[in-house]
Amino acid sequence: MKAFTYERATSTAQAAVRAASVPGAKFIAGGTNLLDLMKIEIEAPAHLIDVNGLDLAKIEPTPDGGLRIGALVRNTDLAADAGVRRDYPVLARALLAGASPQLRNRATTAGNLLQRTRCPYFYDPDQACNKREPGSGCAALAGWRRMHAIVGTSDACIAAHPSDMAVAMRVLDAEVETMRADGSTRRIALADLHRLPGATPHLETTLDAGELITAVVLPSPPGGTHVYRKVRDRASYAFALVSVALVRQPDGSGRVALGGIAPKPWRDEDAERALASDPHAVVDGLLKDARTSPDNAFKITLARRTLDAAIADARSAR
Amino acid sequence: MNESDAMNPARREALALGRDMLVGGAAACWAGSPSARAASPRRDAPVMRKLTLRVNGAAQALELDTRTTLLDALREHLHLTGTKKGCDHGQCGACTVIAGGRRINACLSLAVMHDGDEVTTIEGLGKPGHLHPMQAAFVRHDAYQCGYCTPGQICSSVAMLEELRHGIPSHAAADVAAAPAWTPDELRERMSGNICRCGAYSNIIEAITEVAGAQP
Ligand SMILES: Cc1cc2nc3c(=O)[nH]c(=O)nc-3n(C[C@H](O)[C@H](O)[C@H](O)COP(=O)(O)OP(=O)(O)OC[C@H]3O[C@@H](n4cnc5c(N)ncnc54)[C@H](O)[C@@H]3O)c2cc1C
Ligand code: SF4
Ligand code: FES
Ligand code: FES
Repeated sequence: MKAFTYERATSTAQAAVRAASVPGAKFIAGGTNLLDLMKIEIEAPAHLIDVNGLDLAKIEPTPDGGLRIGALVRNTDLAADAGVRRDYPVLARALLAGASPQLRNRATTAGNLLQRTRCPYFYDPDQACNKREPGSGCAALAGWRRMHAIVGTSDACIAAHPSDMAVAMRVLDAEVETMRADGSTRRIALADLHRLPGATPHLETTLDAGELITAVVLPSPPGGTHVYRKVRDRASYAFALVSVALVRQPDGSGRVALGGIAPKPWRDEDAERALASDPHAVVDGLLKDARTSPDNAFKITLARRTLDAAIADARSAR
Repeated sequence: MNESDAMNPARREALALGRDMLVGGAAACWAGSPSARAASPRRDAPVMRKLTLRVNGAAQALELDTRTTLLDALREHLHLTGTKKGCDHGQCGACTVIAGGRRINACLSLAVMHDGDEVTTIEGLGKPGHLHPMQAAFVRHDAYQCGYCTPGQICSSVAMLEELRHGIPSHAAADVAAAPAWTPDELRERMSGNICRCGAYSNIIEAITEVAGAQP
């Protein structure tokens, strides 16, 4: 690990100013992803701004009937919140399907959204990786691609986004609230937070340098039956091969987002109009530009079947 | 100097091998090879920082390299070697301690982030002659073979029962909005962050079930 200086942030405004002005600065929240990557020097911040002391750990109702989730709310606490379990169960379910209880006790809302890919070549400094070292190539293209994305990829990178929570937040039309170094705040639709890799897979989000996430805002509850169905190589404590976040209304219509198959939570509001009449058409729409390899072509079939299973779950839950 | 760099190469390789076998499915990735790590130049001198941990009830003043994890602070600086380092990457649970009342992976937390925090390790749960009920149950049920994962399993299960008592839900719940049930499926799912390379799982669950049954 590279040496670094360390400070505890005292206010959101000060944290944003420091992050933009101290060379090589990074925020640290739970640390469960950043510290992991620092140990193998894939991340090497010269300065850490510990945001854990900031007053961003509250879950509050919004005036229009939604929920404002502070950036520092731990994954455990968000999943355990009575309002989330009652009104946004797809989010509680997605959180509980991720990582382990120990990790969820530390992991934060903002850190979860900004966690980096689990592509094994990204983690191995001996391998070419455009995300880790722009222009070096992508070892995954000629490698083992079982865990990789099949849509939204490029010739430069085929990494999948690993977050379960983000898939549920996408299906809930969440927005991310931020503060920048000049003190200005803005809201970014979750759909616009993560970038597709294109020719620049090292640029992963639309945040400015030093921009601090302060909260995630959910609109009023969508109603319906909520399901988060995750398929993985073992029953727990493993990343998704394919996951489905489903909010299904009594008439069979609803919303669908997929995880494990793309560089960001994957949803298509046009395609999901077919949900009531022809669920496979929704998957076909979502995956119409899929580029697979023999290692991961199964994900197309698996996505269809996982959506079928999620719909069956929703039906039997009513 | 970085603790993990100081580890002897044979041990590091043995651990890396064990880690891949244990948790390939969890993340399908592992620490960079030693060669790549050695090739990257040291950026600069260590940065030292003072902090206080309250470990098992006693205040411990330390001055540590900011890079020191909570796990290394406990093991290498406070010589509380009950807490184990399995993977050092959040993939096995051997390093589980209770910090601020919650079980966490001590390997994925910096000691400086815990300045002022209350930390309970396996040494703080009980001692020979005065075992914690969970420690006694693990002995009674022979809930280990090599014992390497055991301190993490015990700290984790003690905090897990507390989570259940507080109604924190798990992936095993049929209805996530309902109060969690004390079923074997719930206990298993809730212990999935602790991997046992010896596969002592059935006895581990028996030990935990006994303690859970005694104090719901
Ligand atoms: C073994 C293992 C298994 C896992 N399995 C899963 C899984 O199945 N599903 C899943 O979804 N996740 C999984 N995870 C990942 C885990 O969910 C993430 O590590 C965690 O959510 C990251 O949150 P954190 O608060 O610890 O982030 P940190 O590590 O503290 O930070 C991550 C990034 O976010 C930035 N950041 C943090 N807070 C802010 C802020 N407020 N504003 C701006 N930037 C910020 C940091 O600078 C850093 O770049 C797993 C992790 C491990 C180690
Ligand atoms: S898929 Fe992306 S992250 Fe993985 S090796 Fe290729 S460029 Fe790197
Ligand atoms: S040592 Fe394996 S999780 Fe910490
Ligand atoms: S008893 Fe050996 S690893 Fe669990």
